[in-house]
Amino acid sequence: MSGRTEGGAWAKASHIMLALLLRDIRLNIRAGGGALTGVIFFLAVIATIPFGVGPDLKLLSRIGPAILWIGALLSCLLGLDRLFQADREDGSLDLLVLGNDRHMLALTVLVKCLAHWAGSVLPLVIAAPLLGLFMNMEPLSIGATALTLLVGTPAITFIGAAGAAVAVALPRGGLLISVLVLPLTIPVLIFGVSASYGATANPDPFLQPFLILAALTLFLSVLGPVSAALALRHGTD
Amino acid sequence: MRLIAENLGGERGGETVFSGIGFALDRGQALVVTGPNGSGKSTLLRIIASLLPVAEGSVLLEGGGEAFPSIASACHYLGHQNAMKTALSVVENLRFWRDFNGGGEIGVEEALETVGLGGIGHLPFGYLSTGQRRRAAIAKLLVSHRPLWLLDEPTAGLDSASEARFAGLMGRHCAAGGMIVAATHLPLGLEGAQALVMGQAF
Repeated sequence: MSGRTEGGAWAKASHIMLALLLRDIRLNIRAGGGALTGVIFFLAVIATIPFGVGPDLKLLSRIGPAILWIGALLSCLLGLDRLFQADREDGSLDLLVLGNDRHMLALTVLVKCLAHWAGSVLPLVIAAPLLGLFMNMEPLSIGATALTLLVGTPAITFIGAAGAAVAVALPRGGLLISVLVLPLTIPVLIFGVSASYGATANPDPFLQPFLILAALTLFLSVLGPVSAALALRHGTD
Repeated sequence: MRLIAENLGGERGGETVFSGIGFALDRGQALVVTGPNGSGKSTLLRIIASLLPVAEGSVLLEGGGEAFPSIASACHYLGHQNAMKTALSVVENLRFWRDFNGGGEIGVEEALETVGLGGIGHLPFGYLSTGQRRRAAIAKLLVSHRPLWLLDEPTAGLDSASEARFAGLMGRHCAAGGMIVAATHLPLGLEGAQALVMGQAF
């Protein structure tokens, strides 16, 4: 009996969260343009590097994974300020916070993060292999970098959610969020880049940094939404 | 079910806006909060909804049972903003809030008919006029069941026909055992409602 009610509660919660996920993804597609802005910024960063570094193809392919990661990281930060601000402006955030007693606010935040990632960050991961060609990277290196981006960028979104929640009441919080979030994303960057290098540079390991990267994402998928929920709960005015 | 506030005080940015507010609301009763601008009507509603911390005193819901353990879980909060997305259609908006808050007795289409927006549910919310937006937000109160309605200037922007219709809806909600706390400047047409006038103590 209790198993059935638990199952029912689980089905209900997943139904609610699916509704939220679909709404946010739909909003991202219809109202956003966030995905395109991010991809174009990513393109701009990567396209500028060869002009700055010079036409040394070997050097470019050597720094390629790192540059791709830095470009993706910066592009990730671009749309973060809208994560909760849009909901706050039209009053939806109050109702999402009020729903806390029925389904944990942290879960709501997690789903919003996933929707944001799917709408704004996943396009960056998809664009990364193409931009890797700009950096004269080998196919294996491109594949490894795209894979590490796929696994590591959700962590950036989860950290970003905490920053976005803290700065939600500020009218021009975008830059502040970037400044808050960037230092916290450094471990993700380090392990993402070292796993990317590990795939091609022979003595370096790939699996260990990659697993740590995956662990970071999992860890932050709890810590980020929980702290964001805490900030939102106490940040309403 | 009973909503009780005792010696309630609220503050904004460290400054006391009001204090010593007390009322008790039984099932089927309504409370109309009036007062000049800045007297703390909206703050009071947000404190009741537990969106703002209580500065002093207490407000609690008795007898909510398992379904409504707290005020937050038992209330609909209709603030100044309508909490609807302009890029989504009216029906999509309402359907989301019904899914998120749990379904009520009536469906989305029926709720739209009730507030007089039947037939335009497919339009993006952003295309609606101010009054129509408010009516769509009122329809949001109908698609999920909550015993306590917290309404902040609910009739702002409504024409007189919609006001009358909304008064009927509120009357029906109370008759069905619901409770209403409404902050307003305009008469709401709620019969037998308690009145709370704020801003007199200062």
